[in-house]
Amino acid sequence: MRLTLRVWRQKNAGTEGAMSPYEVDGISPDMSFLEMLDVLNEQLILSGEEPVAFDHDCREGICGACSLVINGEAHGPERTTTCQLRMRSFQDGDTLDIEPWRASAFPVIKDLVVDRSAFDRIIQAGGYITAPTGSAPEAHATPVPKPDADFAFEHAECIGCGACVAACPNGAAMLFTSAKVNHLGVLPQGAPERASRVLDMVSQMDEEGFGGCTLTGECATACPKGIPLFSITKMNREFVQAARKGR
Amino acid sequence: MRGGGRATGGRTLWDSSVGKKTVMAVSGLVMLLYLVVHMIGNLKIFFGPGEFDHYAHWLRVVGEPFMHYEWTLWLVRVVLLVAVVAHATSAYQLSRRDIKARPTKYVHKKRRASYATRTMRWGGIILGLFLVWHLLDLTTGTVHPGFRPGHPYRNVVDTFSTWYGNVLYIVAMLALGLHVRHGFWSAAQSLGVGSRTRDRFLKTTANVLALVLTVGFVSVPVAVMTQVVS
Repeated sequence: MRLTLRVWRQKNAGTEGAMSPYEVDGISPDMSFLEMLDVLNEQLILSGEEPVAFDHDCREGICGACSLVINGEAHGPERTTTCQLRMRSFQDGDTLDIEPWRASAFPVIKDLVVDRSAFDRIIQAGGYITAPTGSAPEAHATPVPKPDADFAFEHAECIGCGACVAACPNGAAMLFTSAKVNHLGVLPQGAPERASRVLDMVSQMDEEGFGGCTLTGECATACPKGIPLFSITKMNREFVQAARKGR
Repeated sequence: MRGGGRATGGRTLWDSSVGKKTVMAVSGLVMLLYLVVHMIGNLKIFFGPGEFDHYAHWLRVVGEPFMHYEWTLWLVRVVLLVAVVAHATSAYQLSRRDIKARPTKYVHKKRRASYATRTMRWGGIILGLFLVWHLLDLTTGTVHPGFRPGHPYRNVVDTFSTWYGNVLYIVAMLALGLHVRHGFWSAAQSLGVGSRTRDRFLKTTANVLALVLTVGFVSVPVAVMTQVVS
């Protein structure tokens, strides 16, 4: 496959960036999108140019490190992570626009790499269980009803990649925050801090400068892990209940 | 856990982006309830000037003798004013936050959410401006040449005998339908009552409400234009 890429190039957080055109040839349809970028970078290094910086780690679709908005869609046209996206999703001769996540809470560090530590701070505000739990307990020590376990797992699937923020026209982190709030809130271990967790995490989310939810549903459409839009609905209910209790 | 004292109830709600959506949902539903009643009241115009003007008079004496003349009406007006102000203030503040949160647009643009969803802000502004004109036209009569207080039937026919009256009204009612379509369903999500199993019901209710309100309201100017009401 032969492709024309238009990639966002930006030297660092302090400089202006722009889209730069590149040509890549000999791309196999079985390559992942990141492998295609590796090919581009090898080409750039050989010609003495600065390679394109992009985030990646496991390349197995489970770590949440990779990002990229491809032709206006977070993680590209398929519902998966960029690392799991194969070049067969595109046509020979296509022009692909590759941009970083866009949100004021996710400033661009270099090229396609953004600073997602705002997510870490939301987790630090309450996305965990305070009690030290030691090593993994016997699985049946704390009974969890099957529907609750399924619900928790559905939300625990969030890998914190930030596609929800990138896709949201308001740069909102509602889907991410709600995934964690719902995951922990429904389990017996997370229940004691259920009210304070949602209040603290939402407050941190606002402090980081993320936008609010206008229920466009873009986040849930972009989410590679299929966190449902109703996660946000559930968090809204949790939030109002917690605000009434005042803790 | 930050522990210690935390602001309670209202303060927590108003200070948060999630809580402001709750305010928008509740105030929106209050206005929606009023609109349904208003629309049904408007339809009395099809039963002639006698019934319509009598109904308009009754609105001033509802609750008598417990309520004094026009007390109920003013109570409703105050509730509506609070709802409009709360709705508009939250919308303004949330929109400011949203625009600030996404300062850089994508170079490659994709058409995303539905038309109703994308027009919520402009639709809201149109409705706000319409509301001002509507009150000046048919409540106070300030911008209504030949307005006769106490003769609502005549005034309504009068307004819809002008081209601009019809255009303003019909455009606003189409905007209303779109606003309600996304707004009702969104309010359900903001209040946390939406779910997978209820989604079809909520979306259908939103569409039916939007359609019934728009058709009901627009039927009046259409009836005047077609001489069904004169």
